[in-house]
Amino acid sequence: MWIFIQDQILGMKWLNVMIGNLLTTLGIDTTGRIGGSIQFFIYDVIKIVVLLCTLIFMISYIQSHFPPERTKKILGRFHGIGANILAALLGTVTPFCSCSSIPLFIGFTSAGLPLGVTFSFLISSPMVDLGSLVLLMSIFGAKVAIVYVVLGLVIAVLGGTLIEKLHMENQVEEFIRNARQIDLPQEELTVKDRMKYAAEQVVETFKKVFRYIIIGVGIGAFIHNWIPEEWIVQFLGTGNPFGVIIATIAGVPMYADIFGCIPIAEALLAKGAKLGVVLSFMMGVTTLSLPSMVMLKKAVKPKLLGIFIAICTVGIIIVGYFFNAIQFLLV
Amino acid sequence: MMNVKVLGGGCSKCETLLANTKEAVAKVGVEAEVEYITDFAVIAGYGIMSTPALIVDEKIVSMGKVLKSSEIEKFLQ
Repeated sequence: MWIFIQDQILGMKWLNVMIGNLLTTLGIDTTGRIGGSIQFFIYDVIKIVVLLCTLIFMISYIQSHFPPERTKKILGRFHGIGANILAALLGTVTPFCSCSSIPLFIGFTSAGLPLGVTFSFLISSPMVDLGSLVLLMSIFGAKVAIVYVVLGLVIAVLGGTLIEKLHMENQVEEFIRNARQIDLPQEELTVKDRMKYAAEQVVETFKKVFRYIIIGVGIGAFIHNWIPEEWIVQFLGTGNPFGVIIATIAGVPMYADIFGCIPIAEALLAKGAKLGVVLSFMMGVTTLSLPSMVMLKKAVKPKLLGIFIAICTVGIIIVGYFFNAIQFLLV
Repeated sequence: MMNVKVLGGGCSKCETLLANTKEAVAKVGVEAEVEYITDFAVIAGYGIMSTPALIVDEKIVSMGKVLKSSEIEKFLQ
């Protein structure tokens, strides 16, 4: 029963079969390279767009219950590692974009939240979200998805705790430390308001990420049908012990949405890349990017920024090797 | 004269809100000064945690949302 949900509903295998039949009727050989690329492209674009729209709607609805102001209040009631764990969990449901990271940082700091708790939130928010959980489930299966999310939360909790222990408070820019705490009254939202918010998020996200999906699926289709398997195995599979490190370092400066990375990851995995290599690439792309670093640099001094980048990078590399080691249990 | 402030870090969402605000001001025909605030110290001073935000005569009317120009019009009446 679960296999059916995973393959047919989340994975939409029936769609792939249907597109294959349609292309064959049109006289295109789907076992050939060109036909195979076309099939992969059409199937993946439709699948990801449908999943994206459904998921964003549901997630935005849940997120509308957790505006940053509320998260700030909830976190203020907890202390110690419990606060870090909760920050990492709330990071997965609080709506977040990199341009909001500074006001959020200021809000958390002025409310007296420890720096480590803020960083647990800042790490988990882009890396792990509800969307990636369901999307990973549809492509890599439930076990991989759950382990991915759990490990992402572990990086966020440990990373935040480490930054706390290093006492980096003096590495935060003056204007943030001196900000006054202000509590704004929260507007009451009706179910209709939340629906409207969720629908707007779908349209907005769709417009923003569509080109990444097309580029991602295009690259995926190319890898899927044109790159020889031996190359992938040699560079990203069992042939290369440094695959995880290369994938992470390549992924970190890149800025793309998780919806754009998944088709590339999917194609690489199918061609013999190791699981840890593709997942560390995905984590690198989503967690850190040049635009977000430029933004964060306005709030923290270079030393703390460097430590933040180092913690995330090392954490992702460790998770990558861990996935490689337990791949036989998951796939 | 009305004072309207758009607060944001300079991302594309904030730029869109600024453009929509200017459009709404022109449409309603009210005399208003539209400011674009990207200084995070000032943004923090208002207690705002999600950008872009819209402030009309020092009152926060919206945060974390890209309002359409038709939605902004009602705040300018």
